[in-house]
Amino acid sequence: MKLGIKKGLNLHLVGAVEASDIVQVEALQCAVVPDDFHGFQPKVLVREGDEVEAGTALMSDKSYPQMQLTSPVSGKVKAVVRGERRKVLRVVVSNDGKHTSRSFDTKQPLLELLGASGLLAQVRRRPYDVVVRPDVRPRDIFVTALDTAPLSAGMYLPEDGAKALAEAVKALQTLTDGKVYLSHGADWALGDVPGAEMVEVSGPHPAGNVGVQIANIAPVNKGETVWTMDVTTLWRIGVLLLTGKVDYSTVVAVTGPEVNAPALVKTTVGCDIKAVLAGRLPNVDHHVRIISGNVLTGVAVSEADGYLQAPYRQVTVIAEGDDKVEFMGWASVSPAKMSAHKALPFSWLRKLFAPDARLNGGRRAMIFYGEYDRVLPMDIVSEYLLKAIISRNIDDMEALGIYEVAPEDFALCEYIDTSKLPLQQIVRDGLDYLRKELE
Amino acid sequence: MKSLHKFLQRVKPHFQPGGKLSALGSVYEGFESFLFTPATTSARRGAVHVHDSHDSKRAMIIVVLALLPCFLFGMYNTGYQHWKAAGAVEFPFWELMGYGFLAVLLRVVLTYVVGLGIEFIAAQIKKEEIQEGFLVTGLLIPMICPIETPLWMLAVATAFAVIFAKEVFGGTGYNIFNVALVARAFLFFAYPAAMSGDKVFVASGTVCGLGAGADAVTCATPLGAVATGVPVSDLSAWDAFVGLIPGSFGETSVICILIGAAVLLLSGIGSWRIMLSAVVGTLVMGWIAHTFATDLYPGSMLSPVDHLLYGGLAFAIVFMATDPVTACHTPTGKLIYGFLIGVVAVLIRVYNNGYPEGAMLAVLLLNAFASLIDFCVVRGNIARRRARLTSKS
Repeated sequence: MKLGIKKGLNLHLVGAVEASDIVQVEALQCAVVPDDFHGFQPKVLVREGDEVEAGTALMSDKSYPQMQLTSPVSGKVKAVVRGERRKVLRVVVSNDGKHTSRSFDTKQPLLELLGASGLLAQVRRRPYDVVVRPDVRPRDIFVTALDTAPLSAGMYLPEDGAKALAEAVKALQTLTDGKVYLSHGADWALGDVPGAEMVEVSGPHPAGNVGVQIANIAPVNKGETVWTMDVTTLWRIGVLLLTGKVDYSTVVAVTGPEVNAPALVKTTVGCDIKAVLAGRLPNVDHHVRIISGNVLTGVAVSEADGYLQAPYRQVTVIAEGDDKVEFMGWASVSPAKMSAHKALPFSWLRKLFAPDARLNGGRRAMIFYGEYDRVLPMDIVSEYLLKAIISRNIDDMEALGIYEVAPEDFALCEYIDTSKLPLQQIVRDGLDYLRKELE
Repeated sequence: MKSLHKFLQRVKPHFQPGGKLSALGSVYEGFESFLFTPATTSARRGAVHVHDSHDSKRAMIIVVLALLPCFLFGMYNTGYQHWKAAGAVEFPFWELMGYGFLAVLLRVVLTYVVGLGIEFIAAQIKKEEIQEGFLVTGLLIPMICPIETPLWMLAVATAFAVIFAKEVFGGTGYNIFNVALVARAFLFFAYPAAMSGDKVFVASGTVCGLGAGADAVTCATPLGAVATGVPVSDLSAWDAFVGLIPGSFGETSVICILIGAAVLLLSGIGSWRIMLSAVVGTLVMGWIAHTFATDLYPGSMLSPVDHLLYGGLAFAIVFMATDPVTACHTPTGKLIYGFLIGVVAVLIRVYNNGYPEGAMLAVLLLNAFASLIDFCVVRGNIARRRARLTSKS
């Protein structure tokens, strides 16, 4: 099956990874951040000083205790960091370098195995774009192997990954009455995975977003649930089933205009940013923003106390921009200004841009309609859905397709928005509100 | 520029809450963000980290740029009509421009002072940033009014429009009706004697010593003449295309309107759907009216193209109908909305002799219906989704 996405936008940024060499980086410490698993209500199972192996449970979900978050490395629990009202911010494990892993009994029921290994929490569900509920059987399972986000270096899989993928698909088929869809780009090298419905996706970002793929293959209707994951999670499930152990290694693209030499780094999930970026940050006299993830959906982290956060495959560093003084920037037609609007007539002269984190304008009401539709390849009347969300009108939200969307689908809309509205946050708040009201 | 920036930063505390001048906080913020790109950066989580360089200030300024050709021509034409009415045979370019400039200057300054003043106060009350929508509205209002509109009426109409058509709805982006047109409609219905007829469209008297000495000139607009059954023999379609005809200050020249339309379309700010469908609507309705022309309705004698050349319809199609806030928001809705503006404008012009011009009322009427049109279009999306659900079950 082929799926061509037409609408969308590729952002061309400075700092893409060019060399294919992979540098090995040993984590000093790794963190598990519960916020990365939206909908997961953490109950901490370990105390500072406890010895853990890779795969040892650190936290469990309050509603479904069989769903756990596990340690990516072996070592000692260094800290359980809590924020306001004792909210768990992260559990940090220092790496002892021994690389011991907990062995799981692969004979146990699949959901229990996935839950205990920490991999079930890596799977998300639509509607709501949150962690799955083990007691709800999904209609279909969608796996994306395509990452079209800015500066992405794709999703890394080992050359012999096909066997693990086939094993995982075979297992996942028992969890759904529908299909397991595996969507990939034109450069997919692992061939057809037995049992999976292969979909070759082409087009600009957000073609790689699993939500966009679902909307164009088999949209989610009211009352239905589908599961989504990236291909790395699928591969980890396969490895778990084959070996009984969770492989927490990951390949991270260190990218961005403020990185010395963009490169691929092989490290562990949740690795400290300091180790990932060692020697790669140039000495500059302006502020920089380190993003775990891409510039559209990533999380800004600090260099001193930041960690690689889900989905653990990219770090982008851009200028912060809050220390720049720009006289009448709104009147500038400099070709260095990145824009998808024709109102900046010379932006097409540049091939690559180095934008900073400024909003480039003030927050306004929705004024210019039709902008979002240019970059949202889904059958959604986006402005009306957003207004229904803002006004907390559940009937309209349902009618306009809130069950089909996730915040990341609106990332490009937020980028292109003249009114600089926080669209991803609006969608996230709407989904949370709906879930609270209906579940 | 660095010293200016440093100065602004130094005085900033005075304008912040608790400062001596905190009552002028919005004004300060407005000027600061006008002069220097705000340093506000993206949220650290749950938001994009980079934003497009386009913003609403740039968009509004592009609309102002698109209006400039019409504005400059309006200055010339004001002088030209004045000289012509005085019976002059020579038309000194710079004197004409100077006369037109001085005639309109006070009106532009007045609408900006009144409108922006209200905006500043509203922003301060709501503790919000000043929105730049009025940059366009403030220029539009003098352009769509006759040059002889008394200043106090202009001020009252601007205040009425900004307060009751915009601020009470929540400000720029929330209004239902086009603010500039509401000002025009307010003048039209509140002071009909001063706003229509044949005495207001040509400037009279002298301004700062400039002028050809024409006083209280009586000169109807072509559409006004048509509506009253007086033939307009001395005006050609070419004059109307160029714009050397009596009319509201900025809306006579179709050439300049086309330049403005090109700017709006090339910059992607004006909707081609609305412009195109409105022109089609005008031509279709104009053709129907012209095909069944009767003496009872003198307007029906106008050819379809004449409807676009005379009066304010072309200007309304390019600059009023395309107002992104008050127009339809869906692509299909825009086509219907534009088409109906063309149709209704011609209907009013032709079949209602009381109103020689229908563009203003057509746009305002369709502003009122824009939400309904969109509602029907969005229903289509909802119905598709529901059909998917019911076909499954």
